[in-house]
Amino acid sequence: MFDPPNVLALLPEYILTLVGVAVMMLEPVLPAGRSRKPLGWLAILGAIAACAASFYQVSLIRAIGGPLFAFSNTVQVDRFSIFFQILVTAVAVITLLSSLDFFEGDATNAGEYYALVCFAAVGMLLMSVSPELLVIFVGLEISSISTYIMAGFRKTSAAGGESSIKYFLLGSFATAFFLYGIALTFGATGSTNLRMVAPALAGTSAPLLAILAIAMIIIGIGFKVSAAPFHVWTPDVYQGAPPPVVGFMSTAPKAAAFAVLLRILFGGYPLFESKWSVLLWGIAALSMTIGNLGALLQRDVKRMLAYSSIAHAGYLLVAFTALPQDGIPAAAFYTAAYAAMNVGAFVVITLVSGNRERMRTGEDFTGLAIQHPVLAAAFSFFLLSMIGIPFTGGFFGKFYVFTGAIHAGHIWLAVVGLLNSGIACFYYLRLIARMYSAPTGYSAAPAIDFDPAGSTNPLLDPVAAAALAPDARIIRPTAAYLALAFCVIATLLLGILPGRVLRLVQFPAFTQEDRTIAAEPRMECCPSPHRTALAQLVSGLKR
Amino acid sequence: MNLDHSILSLIVFTPLAGALLLALLPDRGRTQQWAALAVTLVTFGLTLHLPYYFAGTDISTTFGSPLGFRFVTDVPWIAQPAIRYHLGVDGLSMWLLVLSGFLAPLGVLASWNAIGSRRKLFYTLFLLQQVAMLGVFVSLDLFLYYAFWELSLVPMAILIATFGRTDNRRRAAIKFFLYAFIPSALLLVGMLWLYTATGTFQLPTLSALAATHSIPGTSHALWLCSLAFLVAFAVKVPVFPLHGWLIDAIAEGPTAAIMVLAGKLGLYSILRFSFAIFPDQMHYAAPVMIALGAIGIVYGACMALIQNDLKRLAGFSTLGHLSFCVLGIFTFTVNGVDGGMYQILNHGISGGALFLLMGFLYERYGTYDMRDLGGLSGKLPWMVTLFVITALSNVGLPMLNSFVGEFLILSGSAQTVWSHHAMLWTTLATSGVIFSAAYLLTMIQRVFYADLGNISAERRGWDLTAREHIALWPFVALFLFMGVASPYFTKTLDLLGAPYAGHTSTLQSGEGQNATMDGHTNHMQPAAESVLKVNDVAFASADTRLLRSKTLSSANSQGAAR
Repeated sequence: MFDPPNVLALLPEYILTLVGVAVMMLEPVLPAGRSRKPLGWLAILGAIAACAASFYQVSLIRAIGGPLFAFSNTVQVDRFSIFFQILVTAVAVITLLSSLDFFEGDATNAGEYYALVCFAAVGMLLMSVSPELLVIFVGLEISSISTYIMAGFRKTSAAGGESSIKYFLLGSFATAFFLYGIALTFGATGSTNLRMVAPALAGTSAPLLAILAIAMIIIGIGFKVSAAPFHVWTPDVYQGAPPPVVGFMSTAPKAAAFAVLLRILFGGYPLFESKWSVLLWGIAALSMTIGNLGALLQRDVKRMLAYSSIAHAGYLLVAFTALPQDGIPAAAFYTAAYAAMNVGAFVVITLVSGNRERMRTGEDFTGLAIQHPVLAAAFSFFLLSMIGIPFTGGFFGKFYVFTGAIHAGHIWLAVVGLLNSGIACFYYLRLIARMYSAPTGYSAAPAIDFDPAGSTNPLLDPVAAAALAPDARIIRPTAAYLALAFCVIATLLLGILPGRVLRLVQFPAFTQEDRTIAAEPRMECCPSPHRTALAQLVSGLKR
Repeated sequence: MNLDHSILSLIVFTPLAGALLLALLPDRGRTQQWAALAVTLVTFGLTLHLPYYFAGTDISTTFGSPLGFRFVTDVPWIAQPAIRYHLGVDGLSMWLLVLSGFLAPLGVLASWNAIGSRRKLFYTLFLLQQVAMLGVFVSLDLFLYYAFWELSLVPMAILIATFGRTDNRRRAAIKFFLYAFIPSALLLVGMLWLYTATGTFQLPTLSALAATHSIPGTSHALWLCSLAFLVAFAVKVPVFPLHGWLIDAIAEGPTAAIMVLAGKLGLYSILRFSFAIFPDQMHYAAPVMIALGAIGIVYGACMALIQNDLKRLAGFSTLGHLSFCVLGIFTFTVNGVDGGMYQILNHGISGGALFLLMGFLYERYGTYDMRDLGGLSGKLPWMVTLFVITALSNVGLPMLNSFVGEFLILSGSAQTVWSHHAMLWTTLATSGVIFSAAYLLTMIQRVFYADLGNISAERRGWDLTAREHIALWPFVALFLFMGVASPYFTKTLDLLGAPYAGHTSTLQSGEGQNATMDGHTNHMQPAAESVLKVNDVAFASADTRLLRSKTLSSANSQGAAR
């Protein structure tokens, strides 16, 4: 049990679990009135340590020259899993940073929240590290249950309760589908380990069972990533949940779920590609269209971003229709880019709207650039990245995804996708234009008569805060700004140096296997000494 | 590495550094204006390096490609897909860079007082806009080009949305953005298809492949791809039925922004990418585009005649001028393509000056409505002088810049072999010249010479200040210079125009590099021959047309060399 591979392979998970438990234990010990920030910092340190452990694993697998197996092959640490682990832990760190001040002064026990973030992250790490379907299921449950609770963490708000219950009911429905898919897989192949499933499928006597299994799994994961037509829960849940939680649950669980889907489809079911790629073609086109058309009609900014996340799930699913050597890196890159920009957008919403969410609709954001130029600029940057403007991460995400699709011959899917991004820019741009246009009655002088109760966040505006509640302490959300800066830098770097950024995560280790996969004749017009890290990701699955 | 290899990067990134600087400087007093002026002047100075050393630098050609570029920088940016940081200029893009550099400080001067609040936002966006435009003109990697192309939408949209004149501004901004963005999405599909087909984003390589008809793909696919390119560019120009965004954007946008708004990017892209990568498809599209160009000229002029709002009048006049350029470049004759390119520059200058003057008028009277103005000539003598000169330049008075462009275009369209009704469209287009004189002179009459209007009677107004003089006189000098010394420009433009007109030997033999001032006239002779050659091949029976083209082109070479 405690021999070195077993310890090292799950090091990030161990660290986060221990930290989560420690936060849970310390929470009741602290006096009721005390600030819970130290617990938050403890959780942040834990998440950073987990991230560092993932980086350590990179050198580990480089040293042994291949994936690290543990627990009788139910855990497989490779570049692919490490990429998603780093992504999930980074999102957790940013979420915790932006939540520190958000829950401050609230009556709820914020310590539990920090612990839940840690546990949720553990679940997602397990999902991305395992080729064993049952372990994936356990990870899925751990992460889902934590996020159900987090969605309803504002216990006093009715919308929060609604959000949590809806998420819980539909989410458990989806996991049931997923579990059913696992059972059918076992029926078709006699194994639940993807390393066994793939060869067993070739000689299966019940191909229909296998097709049903893969359909069930796609439905289950489709719920988790909010792909149409399994998306109905998304807007309501996002609207009711606290903004930092939405930032977390719209990115990290999706990243993990996409990692699982990539592993299952490309790793476990490559033989049935012709079958499932048709299915995913349809789901992708539908998600993009429904997501973008739905977002057009929204007034509430969080609902709009919910629909936009449906659309982004659609763009991501386009990558699944591509050839594996294009699709896997493209999907991985897109998850990273989407995580950076979406978490960033929700950090901004957290900062401007505050705990009571004073700013909900698009109209409330009118004139944000005058009051908070930095926040408005950052928000615009994230929205532009979601549109897919060059020099942002979102652009390269779309670029890789659609290049992959066209390379595989799905030109019309690319046309649908890019026309969709045309529709999408309308609602993103509407919000940007609102932020930069002056509110009615605005004069050149700084806004003194701007109604503080209507649309200013007391967290950010000391004057307004003092006017509202003279005894309230003025909080400077430095940590949240730190998180924001991190997101901006990540989005920008992904947009300027996409290859380098991925190499940073990967380290250029050239193994024999990598080279064969990298030799992709048509994409390499000018042979370069560097191999992109994108192609290296492939190796994780191929092994 | 000497300056020749880094000059283009310097030109593109100086405004970016300037934008960052402005974002850090306080928005107090006139700090922002002075800083923006300094940055734009430095950029302009850097762009002047190009024409000065143009003839002396090495030309970089790719085997088989009709295009040659100078001041080339070429380093890998992203390994896979193979994207390179590949910059370079030829005659056309060089002059467009100089033009953009020239307009920017004048735009800052125009906004000096007009932008009263949120100056930091304005000037930062203005400089970012310049980065994107300069980037478009120097990129030789399709991908890099697309990145700058898309980037150019954002600052402009925010500028219009934030600093627009009326409450309609947000709508105008979104309209502008959507019109440009949706075809760009298709452009991206086209680009990616091209990349999967050929494995490269490099324009010189692609144009070499195109010249030998060796881009893989069915003719059907190539057609769709070329249409994706053409439509995206045509919207940006805009070509006649796609101009929906233009008038609103011009009517709303702040002066400095609309001076750089229309024309250059789209027309440049057609010339650079559509013509180089899809020569055959563009030849087949030529009759339609020629017709649209001619219709656009007349339509723009007629619409301009009935406007009461100065800005909307200028908007339709812009449409007319750009249609002239479209007409010219799609004739695929040396005269037409050269004239089209020359007219892009002319429009940037004449149109820019017109917008600038209208902006100054607006600062004084707070209206663009001609019914409220009138009788200003007595009050503002300098203003009326400059207004008249600018209007005459727009009309195309001989001796001034636009005449040369319009003459070349019309003579080109008369001799084109790509349209069966060349004379019909030429006649229609020529009538546009008369119309444009009609609306511009009517405008002068209504604003300056009629009875005093409501507003012009009650407001005091003041004549041009020193700052405004500084902003305007460079334009006047250029009107004259470009009117009489056109060969100085056309000799470099011709290096691009000649191959597009089917005359390929200029560059390959290297004689174009040493073209002198009088070299222009020499070019005309082989050019006319090449027209003859094409005529022989394509329409062997069209003898009369052949004769006509010969006479016209020799007449033109005298006119242009004047």
